[in-house]
Amino acid sequence: MGQTIVVRDLRKRYGDVQAVNGVTFEVEEGEFFGILGPNGAGKTTTLEIIEGLRQADSGTVEIFGQSPWPRNPKLLPRIGVQLQASAFFERLTAREQIRTFASLYGTAQAEADEMLEVVGLADKAATPAEKLSGGQAQRLSIACALVHGPDLVFLDEPTAALDPQARRNLWDLLRDINKQGRTVVLTTHYMDEAESLCDRVAIMDRGEILQSGAPATLVRGLDSMTHISIESGLLSLTEAKALAGPGDDVTDDGVSLQFSTPSPAPLLAALAERRALGGLRVRGATLEDVFLHLTGREYRA
Amino acid sequence: MNALSSLSRAMLLGFLRDKASVFFTILFPLMFLLLFGVLLQDPGVSKSDVVQIGAVPIVDQMPADARARIGEVAALTKSTDREDALAKVRTGDIDAVVEQTGDTVVLHYSAADQVRAGSVRGVFDSLIMSANTADRPPKYSLDSRQVEDASLKPIQYLTPGLLGWAVAMGATFGAAMTLVTWRQKKILRRLRLSPAPTGAVVAARVGVSVGLALVQTAIFIGVAMTPYFGLTLSPFWWMSIPLVIAGTLAFLSVGLLAGGVAKTAEGASGIANLVVLPMAFLSGAFFPMEGAPSWLQAVSQVMPLRYLNEGMIDVMVRGQGPSAVLMEMGVLLGFTAVVSIIVVKVFRWDDV
Repeated sequence: MGQTIVVRDLRKRYGDVQAVNGVTFEVEEGEFFGILGPNGAGKTTTLEIIEGLRQADSGTVEIFGQSPWPRNPKLLPRIGVQLQASAFFERLTAREQIRTFASLYGTAQAEADEMLEVVGLADKAATPAEKLSGGQAQRLSIACALVHGPDLVFLDEPTAALDPQARRNLWDLLRDINKQGRTVVLTTHYMDEAESLCDRVAIMDRGEILQSGAPATLVRGLDSMTHISIESGLLSLTEAKALAGPGDDVTDDGVSLQFSTPSPAPLLAALAERRALGGLRVRGATLEDVFLHLTGREYRA
Repeated sequence: MNALSSLSRAMLLGFLRDKASVFFTILFPLMFLLLFGVLLQDPGVSKSDVVQIGAVPIVDQMPADARARIGEVAALTKSTDREDALAKVRTGDIDAVVEQTGDTVVLHYSAADQVRAGSVRGVFDSLIMSANTADRPPKYSLDSRQVEDASLKPIQYLTPGLLGWAVAMGATFGAAMTLVTWRQKKILRRLRLSPAPTGAVVAARVGVSVGLALVQTAIFIGVAMTPYFGLTLSPFWWMSIPLVIAGTLAFLSVGLLAGGVAKTAEGASGIANLVVLPMAFLSGAFFPMEGAPSWLQAVSQVMPLRYLNEGMIDVMVRGQGPSAVLMEMGVLLGFTAVVSIIVVKVFRWDDV
């Protein structure tokens, strides 16, 4: 498969801040690629340079083998960009919004109406965009980005500020978009989202990519503890400490008895043998642990 | 639909569905027209320029105290070129022409400035009355003649001035608000990411603003022509259409500049108000500038609205031909060109 996006040693400085500091990565055709990072990591600037909204100080970007800067009208019809939910014309209904965007690309009105159906907004077609709920507005925003059938889609934090139902609902939509063969580039703060959707992620901080790869590979590469918890009272703390290995940590807060261990298999076997598995929860490392391990835990605004 | 027509449609619908915008752009100036049309008051006037043609014995032979009284309200000068003097009354350069044939004193004045015409007539009325008291039956009579159609009313000169202000306001606010809100809502960014040419965005705004300005013109003229107000248009009124278009372009560029400089809708509206409202007062949109101090008149000469108003009065009321407003249109278009260059310099697609 070909490379849809090739980024080489991208750099961009704003005054004293080196926003992007030598970013290199590739996105393959049909891939679901995630860019993760805390606020101010340089995700947005990197995306804006790739989309052709900003000029890099140095480095190269190629999309479908072409440079997006300066504004490249041949490239634009092949790219769909979803900005934040409020990027709508004021006081137009959902149908008018998507038809307006469709006409900018020379796409037929009927296709615009069809896309509204795809994102499940056919019954909201006559509702002004301002009156849509958060999830509906995001779906409309994504529909507007997809209306001209782009091969490459950029999604900027598409599930920010959505309730859990709306997020899951949107994930299904995003998976469908990717299954149709489109390449998707996503930025997000939600690690579960990236883990669930992305084939590959890049974790960015301070303008650099710290690590990239498949989420599962990154998690496995993190040498971390597994947390096992059962109901309190099944075992006394002394019994529990006897079962645990030498490096393990055991605590009982009166609700749950919790073990933190680097080798969960023998411990689980021992617990099973004693029929002490009531309320069992096993939590391994997640992408979030990888993220925090790489970017640190200090608070940042 | 192509990009231009769909963007124009989006802009127009966005405007029409915003009741406040419709009110302030179309109804608000119309309210001023009704208000001024109904309650026209004497704003107080400066000395009037009166030109005397040939011998006017009643003026030439008037006593010194009468001459002094007239001198307080009118500056008399003599001329022999009758046609030239009458033309100057029509264009508003002088206020009245006086001549005498036999015992009839003929006063030519312009209805474009009712107040001034009234004060000049008052002066000559009293002059003739005092001359008549000596002899009876009355020897002299005053024949006042308007240089324009005799049916003119205040609405004739209120309409062009207020319409100019309405067009300036509509164009400035429309452009400033679109630019700022579209930038804030990232619609500009979204458009930049679409293959639609940048020119289509600008052309859509120009088209919508010019269309709205022409609708404003039609509504203004329509209301002013109702029997209650009784506006009669001069034969060359249609020249007000290209003038309105030129004025709209000039104020569109002002609006784009305000929208380019301002970061928020409130800021843009503030800047637009700061520019248009004082300009309206200084350009004679609400009252004639002739009474203002000369430095203020000099200031008004650099205001584009002044040229729009002058041109509108020339073709709608004074009955001047199309060529009379070419200079005004040239000034407006030149202003547009200069401001547009600055607009391109300050234009930003994004807030950051």
